Amino acid sequence: MATEMTTKQAIDAVEPVKAPSRRRNRRATIAWLIVQRGLMGVVTLWCISVIVFVATQAMPGDVAHIILGAGATADQIAQLNKNMGLDEPLLTQYWDWLGNVLTGNMGNSLVSGQPVSELLSERIFNSATLTVIAMILILPLSLLVGLLAAVFRDRFFDRSYLGTSLVVTATPDFVLGSLVIAVFGTVVFKVLPPVSLIPPGDAPWQHPKQLIMPLAVMTLVGVTYLSRLVRVSFIDVLESEYVQLATIKGLSTRRILFRHALPNALAPSIPAASIMAAYTIAGSVVIEYLFGYPGIGSALVDAVAGHDLPMVQAIIMLMAAAFFCFNQLADVLGTLNKSR
Amino acid sequence: MIRTRPREQGEQEVQAPPKNLTRRVLTSRQTRLGLIMLLTMIVFAIVGPFLAPHSPTAVMAKPYAPPGDGLLLGADSLGRDIVSRILSGGANLTWMAIAATALGVALGTTIGLVAAFAGGIVDMLLMRVVDVLLTFPTIIMAILFISMVGPSRWILVVLVAIGLTPGMARVMRGSARPVMRREHVMWARTVGLSSRHILMREVLPSVTSPLMVEIGLRLMWSVVGLASLSFLGFGVQPPASDWGLMVSENKDGLAIQPLAVFIPAVCVALFTIGGNLFAEGAARVIGRTEGTRS
Repeated sequence: MATEMTTKQAIDAVEPVKAPSRRRNRRATIAWLIVQRGLMGVVTLWCISVIVFVATQAMPGDVAHIILGAGATADQIAQLNKNMGLDEPLLTQYWDWLGNVLTGNMGNSLVSGQPVSELLSERIFNSATLTVIAMILILPLSLLVGLLAAVFRDRFFDRSYLGTSLVVTATPDFVLGSLVIAVFGTVVFKVLPPVSLIPPGDAPWQHPKQLIMPLAVMTLVGVTYLSRLVRVSFIDVLESEYVQLATIKGLSTRRILFRHALPNALAPSIPAASIMAAYTIAGSVVIEYLFGYPGIGSALVDAVAGHDLPMVQAIIMLMAAAFFCFNQLADVLGTLNKSR
Repeated sequence: MIRTRPREQGEQEVQAPPKNLTRRVLTSRQTRLGLIMLLTMIVFAIVGPFLAPHSPTAVMAKPYAPPGDGLLLGADSLGRDIVSRILSGGANLTWMAIAATALGVALGTTIGLVAAFAGGIVDMLLMRVVDVLLTFPTIIMAILFISMVGPSRWILVVLVAIGLTPGMARVMRGSARPVMRREHVMWARTVGLSSRHILMREVLPSVTSPLMVEIGLRLMWSVVGLASLSFLGFGVQPPASDWGLMVSENKDGLAIQPLAVFIPAVCVALFTIGGNLFAEGAARVIGRTEGTRS
């Protein structure tokens, strides 16, 4: 899904720009592209906000009933309706809600009563730390693996790499994670803690041992996805005429690989890395829940289980916005590549 | 510019690929293996519940009891028979995944073909809707709706299908666009056949190759999605038995009863790996044979 998205979106994005601005200089094209993307982005984010609102607060049926459960008294329901403004018309509710979201006021958690933004800030920090470390590991590793697979194309290394990546891509994250826990955490080696509980107030890197397993799973999934794209673009470059010419000229393999092939093969992988960051956000829900890591993904699972409506709305808006931003970034990067 | 490697050229001269798409795809060992794995898992999931020695929900022994007392693999976190739960844990996943794939593929193909056929403003509007839907990761959207409506099985099927639709629509629009310019479609349009007839009889048969690959991929994704949702507790609800659910139910007892986690996890993985093997193998065969035909 991810790859097909970039190329298609990149083509879509190029088409309208091309015609009027072929004569204009490149900088104007880029500026126009960014403005266009920005406008599209605002519209899309607005659509997302409508979807989130419709799916939660505007759901047919009594929202207060769903939140409080079957045993709620009429008094409690009336109180909640009043507190959350559920007795007002839907459109008013939506505008109030949207205004609050835009000003960063996401309401109070129904479970603990604290402001959602306060509860989430530490969770967001934890998740971001995990994602950033994972990306730092994934990028050089996938470059290395992809390069090796391309150089040894159709040989043993490449074959076994392709087989492994096919299996890993198809395996759900929670299955991989459970197997990793079984091997290193509880059953076979017992060297790592099976859960990654970070005490509140501590920074995640103060507990490096807890981070190893979630990072290992995220890195494994990320590397298998990204290195395949690196491999394909390397093969393309290695088959191109200028690399063939360099070989005929008698340049050393190392020089060809690092001076000539690497910069050209790198270009298509950059947007892919951004797409992958987007998918890491969606994947974090499963991985954080599996390891009990106190991030935004496990917060979502808890919030849904506890019918904590403001929390659910806030987390999903955040995730969708982040996912969308990374996708757009990938798009713009891809288009820049193309126009070069 | 185009350099075919000598070995591949030789192969193609020796045996021309069969015309029939299904037979052509099945010439690859990888696709055959994938298809066999998929069918085995489906049969296992359907027949399994009838072979279960005990009720999958009956409490038979102490939690995490070791094998013995007629329980082949012992008991799970609540003292239920692991073997019976594994045998009956795939049925829901299988029918839900197949239904979601069928629905998602049908919806996506319809949208993609209509967009390619109509062009202009209809095309643009449909693709914008697809763009918005693509900004929502399937699993997040499913959780969003489930948080309010509750995890009913049909709602899960519909949600996963909606998650599959936009990507499917993109791919089908992409492969249908060149078909629209082919002579037989132009002829049908000039003669004035109904749009429905053109799409079903003239366009659809020309895009079966990508359709086949996509069905394999989407089936894999729906199994991954549904099993992950079950694992998170938003899918099939306890006490019913489900592979994804079993993994999360028994993960605290991993040290005592590892097989209660391991076997369901491997069952899910075999299912999805089969789908991926089939899809990738088919894509490779189609790429190799159709690239040379036109």
